[in-house]
Amino acid sequence: MLYAFVGAAIIACALFMILSRNLVRVLLGLSMLATGANLLLSLAGKIRSEQPPIIADGQQTLGQAADPLAQALVLTAIVIGFALTVVLAVLVLRAWRAERSVDSRQVEAAESLGPPQERDPTNA
Amino acid sequence: MPDALLVMTPVAVPFIGAVLALLARGRPALTRAVGLIALAALAALSLALFWRTAGGVRLVGSVFGGWPQPFGIGFVAALPGAALVLVTALVALASAIYALGDIGPRRRRSGYDALMLAMIGAVNGAFLTDDLFNLYVWFELALVSALGLLTIDRRRTQIDGAIRYATFGMLGATFILLGIGMMYGSTGTLDISRAAAALADQPRSAATVIAAALLLGGFALKAGLFPFHLWLPASYHTAPVTVAALFAGLLTKMGFYALLLVFAGLYGVGSGGLPAEQLMPALGLIAAATMVVCAAGALAQTDMRRLLAYHVIAQVGYMMAALALATREGLAAAVFYMVHSIIVQANLFLGAGLIRRASGSWDLTRTGGMVRQEPLFALLFAVPVLSLAGIPPLSGFFAKLIMIRESFDAGMPWLGAIGLLAGLMTIVSMALFWSDACWKDPRNGRTQRPLPRSGLLAMGMLSGATLAIGLAPGWLLNVARLSARSLGELG
Repeated sequence: MLYAFVGAAIIACALFMILSRNLVRVLLGLSMLATGANLLLSLAGKIRSEQPPIIADGQQTLGQAADPLAQALVLTAIVIGFALTVVLAVLVLRAWRAERSVDSRQVEAAESLGPPQERDPTNA
Repeated sequence: MPDALLVMTPVAVPFIGAVLALLARGRPALTRAVGLIALAALAALSLALFWRTAGGVRLVGSVFGGWPQPFGIGFVAALPGAALVLVTALVALASAIYALGDIGPRRRRSGYDALMLAMIGAVNGAFLTDDLFNLYVWFELALVSALGLLTIDRRRTQIDGAIRYATFGMLGATFILLGIGMMYGSTGTLDISRAAAALADQPRSAATVIAAALLLGGFALKAGLFPFHLWLPASYHTAPVTVAALFAGLLTKMGFYALLLVFAGLYGVGSGGLPAEQLMPALGLIAAATMVVCAAGALAQTDMRRLLAYHVIAQVGYMMAALALATREGLAAAVFYMVHSIIVQANLFLGAGLIRRASGSWDLTRTGGMVRQEPLFALLFAVPVLSLAGIPPLSGFFAKLIMIRESFDAGMPWLGAIGLLAGLMTIVSMALFWSDACWKDPRNGRTQRPLPRSGLLAMGMLSGATLAIGLAPGWLLNVARLSARSLGELG
């Protein structure tokens, strides 16, 4: 229960940060969001025990054990989330180099096409 | 070839091609050949796969490590997926032919071929998976390779567009992951057919509804549906036109396919299963808003790529409307619409690229004169334009007709009426598009540049497919009905 609240709190904070205008803060927010999602994903495997899922000596069946599938999923999700964060970080870096700004209001070359008549036809 | 291997090939062939293209990265002519050969092989294998599954057979393919089905990671080729893989191969092949005249050695050295093949592989993976977590992984893979393609010229506009695309894509992916986590928590399995069976057995709980809402949010973001549609016209137009055509054809449809899989397959919407009832009105409203807002948005644009990007989303709205009807026939309409839309959207972007090449501008007000200069192009381009507008003998007419007729039959006539309204706006917008680009005299009297043969050939392939569907819609409708049945049988 406590874990679930912590996960929800992390996600709420992350969403708040993603709404920011500062692109670096958006980046950190997204990576935090992934962390919160990973916490909730491992919770979905229902933490019943901290024992590894190995049948003990002399036993025929598996007793109380942690869910290996949920852990495998979290591990995969961490790697994927990290890779995407790095890709986004590179993009933000390039945007900073081009615009000298990490304010999303300034990073708008994709939007500001200008009125149709003033556009340079060769610039597309 | 054994079925188990055949099911894997639509994913394996593009990835092997991507690795080869990566190895030959410094030599553009070689990577171009690798790309074309891989896609030609993919088209042949997809046709074989479609042939095997066309009767409604469900092929369960290669399970890694030899583990039995619920534990191992498997590929499954069933109807909507196999048909979509075939259409994907067609569009990918056409865009590769178009790329002969559009993607030069510089872009190929930046890794165009490898990224494009990786994206095709990821899209096929999503169409063929039977596992929720795999679906998420394929989406992320498609996102990463799409980001590579989007920033291939490293221009400022592209970096900005890619930031938008990446931010929204990652946000959507995290919601999908959360939804999958909730689903795993409440059913104890990630296998879609098993989870559907588990959901049908247990009473509806808050967890399953929240999971459905999270998955709806995540996949709707990927598909560009209404409240989350703004990122799409803001980022697609920065990509090279071949890439934009592939994105328009495949990526939003991949998001919608996942929605179809979750709501029709998992929750049994449309087959009398346990529907996520609280969410169904939302589905209808999202669809209606998407259709009207985006069709109106398209009317306001003069930049060809942005105009088409709005139409891409408006068309996803029609598919969503068909899903929101929650009937078997509605699902069939959604599948039919998806197949039609993949071909037409890609074709429209390719056409816009050729108009730009002839007239030197993306702006509709600066184009013109195509019908005199390039009558063959004007004819080929009229096919997707009229099809998108829904003019009778073409595929778009049947797609819209089935959806609207079914909305009246299913007791949601307002959705059909909104579809008709958005359809009217689409007709106006497309009529303006075609007459501006083809009929009108070019304003400044610029001489038009000739069009590359490869571009016309690519458009000819896609226009031919659209015409074939339009002239003989029966077989595709049959496939769509079988698809709806196979989605309903998952639960």
